[in-house]
Amino acid sequence: MDEKKLTFMDFVSYVSRNSGLLWEYFIQHILMVVIGLGLAIVIGVPLGILCSRSRWVAKVILFITNILQVIPSLAMLVILMLWLGLGMKTVMVGLFLYSLNPIVRNTYVGLKQVDPSYMESGRGIGMSPFQLLYKVRFPLALTYLMSGIRIAAVIAIGVVTIAPLVGGSGLGREIYAGLNSNNSLRIFAGAIPAALLAIVADIVLGALQKKLDLSKRKSSGAAPVPPKIQKV
Amino acid sequence: MIVLDHVNKVYDDGFHALKDINLEFKKGEITVLIGPSGCGKSTTMKLINALNTPSSGKVLIDGKDISGLNPVELRRNIGYVIQSVGLFPHMNIAKNVAVVPHLKKWDKEKTDRKVNELLDLVGLDHTIYRNRYPSELSGGQQQRVGVIRALAADQDIILMDEPFSALDPISREQLQDELIRLQQELNKTIIFVTHDMDEAIKIADTIVLMKDGQIVQTGKPEAILRHPANGFVRNFIGQKRLQSENELSYEIPLVDDVMITNPVTAFPNRGLAEAIKMMESKRVDSLFIVDRNKQLQGAVSIYRVLDMYGEEGKTVADVMIPVRFSVASGSTLPQAIELMDSHQLSNVPVVDGNNRFLGLVTRGSVVKHLAEVYPNLAPPQPAGEGEPV
Repeated sequence: MDEKKLTFMDFVSYVSRNSGLLWEYFIQHILMVVIGLGLAIVIGVPLGILCSRSRWVAKVILFITNILQVIPSLAMLVILMLWLGLGMKTVMVGLFLYSLNPIVRNTYVGLKQVDPSYMESGRGIGMSPFQLLYKVRFPLALTYLMSGIRIAAVIAIGVVTIAPLVGGSGLGREIYAGLNSNNSLRIFAGAIPAALLAIVADIVLGALQKKLDLSKRKSSGAAPVPPKIQKV
Repeated sequence: MIVLDHVNKVYDDGFHALKDINLEFKKGEITVLIGPSGCGKSTTMKLINALNTPSSGKVLIDGKDISGLNPVELRRNIGYVIQSVGLFPHMNIAKNVAVVPHLKKWDKEKTDRKVNELLDLVGLDHTIYRNRYPSELSGGQQQRVGVIRALAADQDIILMDEPFSALDPISREQLQDELIRLQQELNKTIIFVTHDMDEAIKIADTIVLMKDGQIVQTGKPEAILRHPANGFVRNFIGQKRLQSENELSYEIPLVDDVMITNPVTAFPNRGLAEAIKMMESKRVDSLFIVDRNKQLQGAVSIYRVLDMYGEEGKTVADVMIPVRFSVASGSTLPQAIELMDSHQLSNVPVVDGNNRFLGLVTRGSVVKHLAEVYPNLAPPQPAGEGEPV
């Protein structure tokens, strides 16, 4: 086998020759993650809010989402495939179910940790429960929600690589093609961008998460408050 | 005017937090609710903005029963300031102050004008502070913003729940002064909760003193200081007054300095004949009964023992009378004397936190102490320890 003698240059030339296809896979990869995650946010955030309203509801919902996340990803996709058939739909539903737990849980925890004095003050000055939620509690819970999205995104990017097994697309297709044809160039060409994508997502979303911590918000770029000068 | 009419509050667990409260908060006055923690002062205040609903009785604002009003609407017309400030950390100062005008859908121009005016009113330059966030302000500045937030929508009634108690003493004094100044300009109806008597005396038009869910005394600060209704009020005022006087290094003797440290005591299982014997030999007319842990159980007087003397089987425990009055170690002598005077006692026991008998303040011991303190008042005597004979 001459594979051991492959150099970095071979890899670069392979990637540049197939850049069109790889780019397409890359975009599809991201697209599936974004759609699955988006669905999870749309459904998961209201579920998290529901959890914060009653301890009993929280127990039930978190129990279910927890179980969903414990199912091995391959098993989940295969089970969904039996129901939804081969294709992108199966992958997206799988990702959605996977991402639900971190998003619901973090929304719930974020809403719970808001200092009760803000809620008392909000209630006391005449906010309705809904206004209290979207003007006070939700903004202060954002950083937690973001952390949930970050965890879900990193998991999802990994899970999508096995999408081709159930008829999905993405960088996983390149990896499996490489495995089947015993071509390590193709494996690398699929695996490296997928790994980089996960790392970049982690860093970017982490930064966003920090930025959304509003509990110690400061005015940006303004000069510090001058010391108060006593008038004589 | 706000009226609380026969208000009771009983919680689900049966705790009777407020007992038949009847109160009137006059328009344009600062009414201070004061009392030890758990006395129901905050609970009473929160009745007014429906954060708390009475179990029975009525709350009337300008003659209207508030139970018929939408609580959210009601609260928008009542300013509210809490101890932990409660400024929203994710909104800048202008937005924080404008929160209620915003809820009431004032137009932007009117809101901005009001916010700037109020910031300037409490000495925070609006050009600097509008866009700051709460975490960039000192505690005193934050609470100034907390106070003007309660004024922003031209509320006539302001509720303040221990608003200054988390501040350092200097900021607290400043804010109290500022509140008084603001009130002279604005004439709001302010209900102010505190546990600090100095604060109450400084700012109140009317003080309402509460204890265990009941109103103990209501009146002008001057009237309460001059005519405390009972021992509790006296105590509540006294402790604070004395504390500040102690700072002026004026020494008020403690009961511990005055008491007899080895009063005559007996164990509960002693017989009556033994008791008489003990009194005889120690030349006293009563015995304090303590158990092995020195816990004070009761007292017997010679008359009581003689009355029951016929019954041989009795012990002192059977005939003793519980001690009705005692003072805690660390109390001041005036407190003990006041107690003895108002209840015609010839002595009063001193106990520690666990009801252990430490000593006895008697009329004799008080006189002896005075003699030691005021030796100069005695007629000229040869130099000595000044102990008059």
